[in-house]
Amino acid sequence: MQGLDEALAAAWRLIVTGDTALVEIVALSLKVSLTAVFCAAVVGLPLGAVLALVRFPGRGPVIVVIDALMGLPPVVAGLFVYLLLSRAGPLGPYGLLFTPTAMVIAQTLLVIPIIAALTRQVVTDLWAEYCEQLTSLGAGRLRAVPTLLWDARSSLVTAILAGLGRAMAEVGAILVVGGNIDGVTRTMTTAIALETSKGDLPLALGLGIVLLVIVLAINAAAHMLGATARRAAG
Amino acid sequence: MHARATILPLSLDRVTYARGGETLIDGISVTIGSSSRTVVLGPNGAGKSLLLRLCHGLVAPTDGAVRWAGADAFGRRDTAGRQAMVFQRPVLLRRSALANITYALALQGRLERGERDARAREALASVGLAHVAERPARVLSGGEQQRLAIARAAALEPDVLFLDEPTASLDPGASRAIEDAIRAIDAAGTKIIMTTHDLGQARRLAEEVLFLCRGRLMEHTPAGEFFEHPRTPQAAAFLRGDLVA
Repeated sequence: MQGLDEALAAAWRLIVTGDTALVEIVALSLKVSLTAVFCAAVVGLPLGAVLALVRFPGRGPVIVVIDALMGLPPVVAGLFVYLLLSRAGPLGPYGLLFTPTAMVIAQTLLVIPIIAALTRQVVTDLWAEYCEQLTSLGAGRLRAVPTLLWDARSSLVTAILAGLGRAMAEVGAILVVGGNIDGVTRTMTTAIALETSKGDLPLALGLGIVLLVIVLAINAAAHMLGATARRAAG
Repeated sequence: MHARATILPLSLDRVTYARGGETLIDGISVTIGSSSRTVVLGPNGAGKSLLLRLCHGLVAPTDGAVRWAGADAFGRRDTAGRQAMVFQRPVLLRRSALANITYALALQGRLERGERDARAREALASVGLAHVAERPARVLSGGEQQRLAIARAAALEPDVLFLDEPTASLDPGASRAIEDAIRAIDAAGTKIIMTTHDLGQARRLAEEVLFLCRGRLMEHTPAGEFFEHPRTPQAAAFLRGDLVA
């Protein structure tokens, strides 16, 4: 096994020279996770707001389940999607298993509960403040959903980023449904997991560094975005 | 002056509101016409704000009924659309001052999209806020926020405008601007029903007074008479500045 400093130096070379394999892996990771978070936001934001505002039979259990799913182990989510997409599964004929699409589906399922649960909390608090005024203006609870989502936007960015953090960091779900196929479904986390066990430390370390930098950059950007929005909108 | 059709008069029929075994509004029956500015007075905890919310339909009475004479003519839903309320702490949406008003106009649905902007700018100008139209509502000062809330309510051209302690926690200059705005809205033909804890303001604005004490309606009298010759000992004590339980 190589020394740590050697591995680090090799990793650094891969990054600064823009190694093709590394760039491809990083690009695919970003594409999969960003797409998944986008899909999850489209579903999770309205879902969370409706759960906060609309009373319907079974609302309580739904909330408990969604809150619990925030802690869903990624491998289990992966297994579930695997069963759906496998040749014998209900979505088998589409041949999606071991494709980036399968990875997007799995990560979307992982992220929806996070965005929905955080959104529900934020919107519940905001509704307490807005309830009388919006009712007075004639907005029913359903009509209030888009209003509250828009007015909670600076807090909801944080919810979406929490989702992005989970998607970028998880390895279990995309490993099961993607398979870490070189050049097709190999992402940063799956590559790190498997290259480390194979002993290819430079690639694993290089990817680890890139992953860290991306996560830091995303959070820094969000932090600045939130601060600017709060200054501008009060 | 009040030529246009209106949902008034408003009649309360033995309206009662109880919560947790405590009767907060106790069998109030009263008819409020469209002709004069009505000020609801009473010591803290008398139920002034709650009475406004019951009238406006934000809170349902546990007993008795709130009726608008125009309910049959306009329909139930439209009755709500012909009222507006300004709260003690204005709740402004996180968007521009102008957008706060166009949002309310869009919900009301009386004006076409193209007409809302002009109406909203008019309303802003009427409270002296034309210059902050594009500014985020939440960064305005306390007095400006309350004026914006009043402009938003006035832009709806309601038959009735409820105001709950509209100048609480504002300085005298800001309070005067609010009182001017209330007079202008009244002059434009909107019925004013408001609460205040400021007796000076009540004397300046009230044309008739509803005096509440412990959830009961003690007096419903023209303002001049109320301030000169209160009929009940509670009102007399309240006007003297005594603590009224």
